[in-house]
Amino acid sequence: MRDAGAHPNARAAASRTTRPGDGRTRGGTRRRPWQYTGVPAWIYVVAALGALFILLPLAGMVAQVQWGQFWELVSSDSSVAALLLSLRTAAASTVLCIVFGVPLALLLARGQFFGQRILRALILLPLVVPPVVGGLALLYTFGRQGLIGRSLELAGISIAFSTTAVVMAQTFVALPFLVLSLEGTLRTAGQKYEAVAATLGARPGTVLRRITLPLVLPGLISGAVLAFARSLGEFGATLTFAGSLEGVTRTMPLEIYLQRETSPEAAVALSFLLIAVAVVVVAVTYRVPKSPLRALAAGRTSGPAGEVTP
Amino acid sequence: MSLSFEAVLAARNVDVSLHVEPGETVAVMGPNGAGKSSVVQSLAGLLKPDSGLAVLDGEPLFQLPGDAPDLWLPPHARGVGLLAQEPLLFPHLTVLDNVAFGPRSRGASRRDSRDAARRWLTEVHAAELARRMPAQLSGGQAQRVALARALATEPALLLLDEPMAALDVNSAPFLRSLLRRVLAGRRAIIVTHDVLDALMLADRIIVMDGGRIVESGPTAAVLTHPRSAFAASLAGLNVLTGTLDGSTLAMPDGGLVAGQPAGGLGGPEGLAAFPPSAVSVFLAPPAGSPRNCFAVVVDELEPQGGHIRVRAGALAADVSAAAVAELGLAPGVEVFFVVKAAEVRLYPA
Repeated sequence: MRDAGAHPNARAAASRTTRPGDGRTRGGTRRRPWQYTGVPAWIYVVAALGALFILLPLAGMVAQVQWGQFWELVSSDSSVAALLLSLRTAAASTVLCIVFGVPLALLLARGQFFGQRILRALILLPLVVPPVVGGLALLYTFGRQGLIGRSLELAGISIAFSTTAVVMAQTFVALPFLVLSLEGTLRTAGQKYEAVAATLGARPGTVLRRITLPLVLPGLISGAVLAFARSLGEFGATLTFAGSLEGVTRTMPLEIYLQRETSPEAAVALSFLLIAVAVVVVAVTYRVPKSPLRALAAGRTSGPAGEVTP
Repeated sequence: MSLSFEAVLAARNVDVSLHVEPGETVAVMGPNGAGKSSVVQSLAGLLKPDSGLAVLDGEPLFQLPGDAPDLWLPPHARGVGLLAQEPLLFPHLTVLDNVAFGPRSRGASRRDSRDAARRWLTEVHAAELARRMPAQLSGGQAQRVALARALATEPALLLLDEPMAALDVNSAPFLRSLLRRVLAGRRAIIVTHDVLDALMLADRIIVMDGGRIVESGPTAAVLTHPRSAFAASLAGLNVLTGTLDGSTLAMPDGGLVAGQPAGGLGGPEGLAAFPPSAVSVFLAPPAGSPRNCFAVVVDELEPQGGHIRVRAGALAADVSAAAVAELGLAPGVEVFFVVKAAEVRLYPA
C-alpha cells in the first residue's frame, strides 16, 4: 500500500522533466524503466479477488447510505453521544496503551529475563481470544463479585458498567497491537545507538528519552494509531464488561448494532461515519514521518559519494 | 596512574591481561575471532567478563567476582570513549547535536555543550558540517564527526574498534593522519587489521590469537623481530614453527631449517622467519652451499608492486615477472623454495 501511494508521487516528480529528443512524451511522463519483479501473472488475479473481497462490501454499504437524510440520521442525540463517547474512550485507551505498552515493548525487545517468551505469548493473547471472552475475564476480575472488584467494591469503587469499564475493555484488546508494533521497531533499530550513547556518558533514562524513543517514534505512532482504531471498533468486550448505557457505555459499534433493529438507515449512516473516521486514521498512519534510521540507510546509498578533504 | 585490565570470558575463550600507561596508544592486532572486540567491549562496559579486574587511574571499572557484591561500573560512568567501525551517528540529531550529546549528558548546559561541540568539530575539520543531518554525510565525514563526538567527552581512555575498516581508500588516509594528531599524548587502544595503523598511530603492539595475548612490545620491535606467526605475517615474513636446537629448527614434519639464532630466552619451542624476497624458486633442488630447500606446490600468483608473489602453502616467495615466465610458474606446479641460512632468523617462541 505504501508503494502504491508513493508511485503516483514519483511519477508526478518525473513528469516535470521531459525526455530530450522524445517527440511525443506521453503527457510529459517519463516512465520508470521496467524491472524484473518475479511475480507470476496469476498472483495478480488472486490478489485482485482478495482486494475486491475487502472493497465490495464497503461499496455495498456505501450504496445503501440514504444521503438525503444522512445528516439528520447521524446528528440524533443518541448518535452524537455515541460518537463522542467512542472518540473519548478510544483516546483514553490509546493513552493507556502508550503508558503501559512502551515499557512492555521495551522489556520484551531488550530485557533478558526468565519467562520472557511466555510473557510475550500471554500479552498477545487478546489478539486471538474472542473479545466476548476478554470481556468475561474482565468482569470476573473487576466486576462486583470479581477477584479484585470485590475489594474495590468495599472501598466504594465500582468499575463494571461504567465509562471506565469501556476504556478498560478497549485497552485490553488494543494493547497487544501497540506492543507488537513497537517491539518489532525496537528490534529492527537494534541497540548499537544506545550503547554508543551510554559510552558518551548518558544514563539509561537519558538514553531512553533522547535516543531510543526518537528512533522508534514512527513505530510508536503507527502502533498507537492501530490501538486507537482497534479501540474505536471494540464491541464484544465492551458489551460484556460495560453493558450498553446511552451516553455512559454505549459506543458507536454498540449504537450501530442497536439501531440496526429499529432504524437500519441510521445504522448504515453511522457505519459510514465510522468508516470515514477509520479512513482518516489509516491516512494518518501512512503519513507517519519517515524513520530517521531509514533516512540514514537511504542517504548512505544515494548521498555524496566522495570524501571532501579540506 | 594507568589502566590495568584482566578479564576471562569463558564463552568466547578469552583470557587477557594488559596495561596501558597515560598518553600511550596501543594497537591490538590479531586474526578474526582472536578476542580483540571482547577486550574493547569489556572495557567500555558493554560486555561483562566472567571474572577479572580493571582499574583506570585508580578507579575500579569492574571487579568480578568482587568482595560480594560484584563491582561493575555502568558504561556511562566509566569515562571510556568508543569509536566503532560504523560511525553510528544518531540519525535524528544534527551533526552539532550529535557531538554535543556527550557533554550535555554529563551535565553541561545546552550552550556550553554546543560550544564544546563546535570546538571538536573544528578539531576534526568538520566545522562546516555542523548543521547537516547524518544522512547527508559521506562515510569519511561521518566517521570524523563520530571521532569528534567521542573526543568531546574528554575520555580518560579512548577505544577505537577498527575505525577505518568501513572507509573507502580515499577517506582512510585522511582519518588516519587526523587520528595521529589527536591520539598524540592521549591514552587509546586501537583494534586494527592494518599494519599501517599500528606503525602510524601506536607506541606499542599487542598481538592476540585464540583469546590470548601472544606477543607484545614496541611497534618497531614487533614488526622487525616478530615472535608470533601472526606478527610475522603482518610484517610480511614467512614463518615456520618447530623445536629449536642451536642454529637449526626441527619442524614437526621432520624437516630441518638452518638459520641465525636471534638470541633471547625461551623454551625449546621456536620459530624461523625470513622475508619472501630472500626466497629463490627452482624447478629442481640445487646442489651445494648451506641452503634450506622446501619442496612445495604453487597455490597462487599475485602481483605486488614490481614483482610477483608466489604463494605455496604457508610460504611465499617474491620473484620477477620474467622469472615466472621463464620457470613456467602456475598454480599446481611443483617447485623448490630455496633460502640461505644467513637470511633465516631463529627465535625462541
